[in-house]
Amino acid sequence: MNNRHTLSVLVENKPGVLTRFTGLIARRGFNIHSLAVGVTEHDELSRITVVVDVGGVPLEQVTKQLNKLVNVIKIVELEPATSVRRAHVIYKVKANASTRPQVAAAVEMFRAKIVDVSTDSVCVEATGELGKVEALREVLEPFGIKEIVQSGTVAIGRGPKSITDRALRG
Amino acid sequence: MAATPSAQKAASGSAPGTATVTATPSSIRRNSTPEVLTGAQAIVRSLERLGVDTVFGLPGGTILPTYDPLFETDKIRHILVRHEQGAGHAAEGYAAASGKLGVCIATSGPGATNLITALADAHMDSVPLLAITGQQSSKLLGTDAFQEADIVGMTMPVTKHSFLITKPEDIPGALLNAHHIATTGRPGPVLVDITKDAQTSTAPFVWPEEPQLLGYRPVLKPHAKQIREAARLISESQRPVFYIGGGVIRSEAEKELLKLAEATRIPVATTLMARGAFPDSHELHVGMPGMHGTVPAVTAFQKSDLLIAIGARFDDRVTGNLDSFAPNAKVIHADIDPAEIGKNREVDVAIVGDAREVLAEMLAELKDKFPKALEREREPWWRLINRLKTTYPLGYTSHEELCDPQYVISRISALTGPEAVYAAGVGQHQMWAAQFVEFERPKSWLNSGGLGTMGYSVPAAMGAKVAEPDRVVWAIDGDGCFQMTNQELATCTLNNIPIKVAIINNSSLGMVRQWQTLFYDGRYSNTDLNTGHETIRIPDFVKLAESYGCLALRVDANEDVDAAIQTALETNDRPVVIDFTVPPDAMVWPMVAAGVSNDEIQYARGIRPEFEDEGDEQAEAQFAEASDARGIAQIEGGLE
Repeated sequence: MNNRHTLSVLVENKPGVLTRFTGLIARRGFNIHSLAVGVTEHDELSRITVVVDVGGVPLEQVTKQLNKLVNVIKIVELEPATSVRRAHVIYKVKANASTRPQVAAAVEMFRAKIVDVSTDSVCVEATGELGKVEALREVLEPFGIKEIVQSGTVAIGRGPKSITDRALRG
Repeated sequence: MAATPSAQKAASGSAPGTATVTATPSSIRRNSTPEVLTGAQAIVRSLERLGVDTVFGLPGGTILPTYDPLFETDKIRHILVRHEQGAGHAAEGYAAASGKLGVCIATSGPGATNLITALADAHMDSVPLLAITGQQSSKLLGTDAFQEADIVGMTMPVTKHSFLITKPEDIPGALLNAHHIATTGRPGPVLVDITKDAQTSTAPFVWPEEPQLLGYRPVLKPHAKQIREAARLISESQRPVFYIGGGVIRSEAEKELLKLAEATRIPVATTLMARGAFPDSHELHVGMPGMHGTVPAVTAFQKSDLLIAIGARFDDRVTGNLDSFAPNAKVIHADIDPAEIGKNREVDVAIVGDAREVLAEMLAELKDKFPKALEREREPWWRLINRLKTTYPLGYTSHEELCDPQYVISRISALTGPEAVYAAGVGQHQMWAAQFVEFERPKSWLNSGGLGTMGYSVPAAMGAKVAEPDRVVWAIDGDGCFQMTNQELATCTLNNIPIKVAIINNSSLGMVRQWQTLFYDGRYSNTDLNTGHETIRIPDFVKLAESYGCLALRVDANEDVDAAIQTALETNDRPVVIDFTVPPDAMVWPMVAAGVSNDEIQYARGIRPEFEDEGDEQAEAQFAEASDARGIAQIEGGLE
């Protein structure tokens, strides 16, 4: 059963926090679909964006378990309608002199970019919601995809509010 | 570290209403001139500041620096164990008997890994435990150095939290934080792993004013709206029952429970972890629920229209098959750990808070808003429960050979009394102790409920006796369990810790054997231990105990049980070990087989109680035909 949620998690920026976080998710039988970790505007905080598949269990079970981690400060679920979510992907696509224009046309339609060219291949960089980068992949597949690298989804709530401010105030 | 975030940390760590302390982070605030200490001295000084009076441990290379100042202090008693697992369980026993933090110390590598079982045990049973381990020097970390083990990594799943400390200046703060995490909210084990160079180098000793934990804020006070909703459900219910878990003991909520139960006349069931939270002798008590619970308790849950779970976690050993557990009951679930609520069973009213506050506020709310609920006698409900209590009391078969294990335990209880502490291992003897010891007060029953750790009993009893030296402390142990940790009898004898050990010796891994009897056609694969009657007796427990300097006795018949217990009670200059030889065929009843519905409870082998009100008289008649007044004796005896 597919039951994906995007969680934005503020954690203390300390060694081992990611291990505690992912270990707990694995231990409790939930599945990480995508994971991105980075800095925040506060040195002592890191932000994890995780897309988690909770199967048949209520999402609340995951967030309550994660909240028990001493290093976890705040967890916010980001709903698709009220957040901006982006994944970054680079596809290495087979392309010679004759197919390259077709590849370039497809890339143009998706507002993606060709960031490297060789005689037999191009590297295509795209940013967007997961659905968009997956659609691009489908279009490029007939040319032959040699390699894929993809970031975890990052997400942020729309509007002026900041979850870090709220967390540090609370 | 920048000043602003630190100030915010300090603010968030404090109680509501006292948030604005100061803009200066306390960690860098200087008193006139703080004393410069080695990290090792800082560890000992911190433990003193935390009020720790006893630690259980065993030294080794990387913790050696700390053992030097430990040698000097007269404020902390260090008890040298024979195995680090013993230190862990002793600290657990110390904590469970006293309600205070238990502390154990070990060296790196194998010393630390030997603590893991005790950490996992404390994690499952919510025991406030602090484990301090030495670690290789920070420069050698990650090089597979001698006795290096990533104990923080290994114990993440079984600790509430852990710290790796590599600098002496971080030691006081880490130990204060560890103490705070271990003892507040839902208590649990915290590991502090300290590198050898952090112990040997020096830093000014600065004691933080308060714990600094940005992401740790346990909720103690229940939400008023939830309390009102709970009170409303209680007032509307016809067949409510209290499902009392170990959280009531940890939060010392026994008085509030007694008041609420007496005011509402609601039956009280105490789980394996909550034995003693409510007096066994009280008329409102219906016994222990679960796999080996009483018929009245199990039936009360199944027939209930409202379960009031306080500090309990709907463990599979209580619920049996979840889908058919208490099928008609609404559920009020109060727990200090929000993640327990709704984990196994959906609830109607969720209350996050400390059990003591929850129970007190429930009663206040009932008095204030639903006073009629306090006038109810609940006559039909009690008629059913009282009939079950009369018809299906705890009983046992006399095998008329050797000692009856249930008889031994009930005599220990009767002759020693409720002021004692009883620690059990895991297995049949544990269940018999939970059933046949009469518990009247909290913290008198120590056992490994969640993890099921064989070998818990002797070291836990040792820890309890250190914490409560004026109480009699019994380890009720099995012959299998006893062989896992009896080395701590050396610790007991040498440190004048006169515990009493009753080995319920059925010469086998009895609970496993019982399952083999019931579910594997009596194929006794690898459960015979050869310690009992008419076996080679390897080891001979009497000789073994004597070699540890204990008074050792063997009892082979019921008529000699009392005299041996009396001798044990009169002997306080050394530990006592009594080898009670019991028949391997004795079984624990009642029983709900693993994973099946609680409706399938068997009072004795092949005997199911009749639950329905209208069928009760018929069932009683059937029962009277098949059984004598003693209980189930003839039925079980006839089947074996």
